[in-house]
Amino acid sequence: MKEIALHLLDLAENSISAKAKTVRIDVREDFRTNQLTAAVEDDGEGMSDEMVKQVVDPFFTSRTTRKVGLGIPLLKASAEASSGGMKITSKPSAGTRIEATFRHSHIDRMPLGDLPCTFLTLTLAHPEIHWIFTYAYTPPYKGQMRKFEFDDQPLKEAVSGLPLTHPDVLAYLRSTLQDGIAGTRE
Amino acid sequence: MPAIKSLEELKKIREEALQKRDIKSAFGRVQIVVGMGTPGIAAGARDTVKEFLNIIEEKHLTDVVVRQTGNFGLDSMEPVVKVVVGEAPAVTYGKVTPYTARLIMEQHVIGGVVVQENVIPS
Repeated sequence: MKEIALHLLDLAENSISAKAKTVRIDVREDFRTNQLTAAVEDDGEGMSDEMVKQVVDPFFTSRTTRKVGLGIPLLKASAEASSGGMKITSKPSAGTRIEATFRHSHIDRMPLGDLPCTFLTLTLAHPEIHWIFTYAYTPPYKGQMRKFEFDDQPLKEAVSGLPLTHPDVLAYLRSTLQDGIAGTRE
Repeated sequence: MPAIKSLEELKKIREEALQKRDIKSAFGRVQIVVGMGTPGIAAGARDTVKEFLNIIEEKHLTDVVVRQTGNFGLDSMEPVVKVVVGEAPAVTYGKVTPYTARLIMEQHVIGGVVVQENVIPS
């Protein structure tokens, strides 16, 4: 996995396997604190404490008991390789939050990657899920944190009956996500 | 085509599209299902999806639906893509790079000819 954005795609798939209805993805780039944070939060089945321990261990995985594989251990390893870490909070039948932090300037930190493309892919491919994406950018030295938030509910209501992969819907969604994220960095 | 800037515009497009649907072919005549388990993503499935979407936008195809699914269980062939056109049986493709995605769209989805080199025999 070469990008943080690809890991997010992978984590979101876990949320869907856990029968989530709403999935939030939250990415923060903070040049003031030199941190990059990426989190996926869902309202799915959740996990017991014991299971949380198991999902971070690549050798404990068994596909018959759960659908989580190498994705989480890989992300954990790469967060730790850049002086960061991973935190999982989960409660059975309430949901799961997985947060990975990275030192932004660390030479081994993976690139954030194509975040708009990850968001676009998830929204289109799983229209049954309510997606909420946020991206926050805090510039170095001076200036406020700027935040982009996208909730797919109003769009889905506006185009109900049309598939989200209709070319015009697609064009709108793509430009909203791309311009929204790019706009916070200007 | 000018960029669509508001949900209001989209609502209008929706009205028009839903009216046309009665006359023209149904949405989802073509279904493209991309395997997006960890192996698929690691092998580049997201960029394959991106290319499919680019072509839908570029050629303004209104009857193609792109979906994703978990593991197909064909890890060495990832990214794996299943294509269903109308009533024809599904065709499963392996090692679908963005380049192959374009071939599939142009030759199979639009032209009706299966891209034999990438077919995974079932």
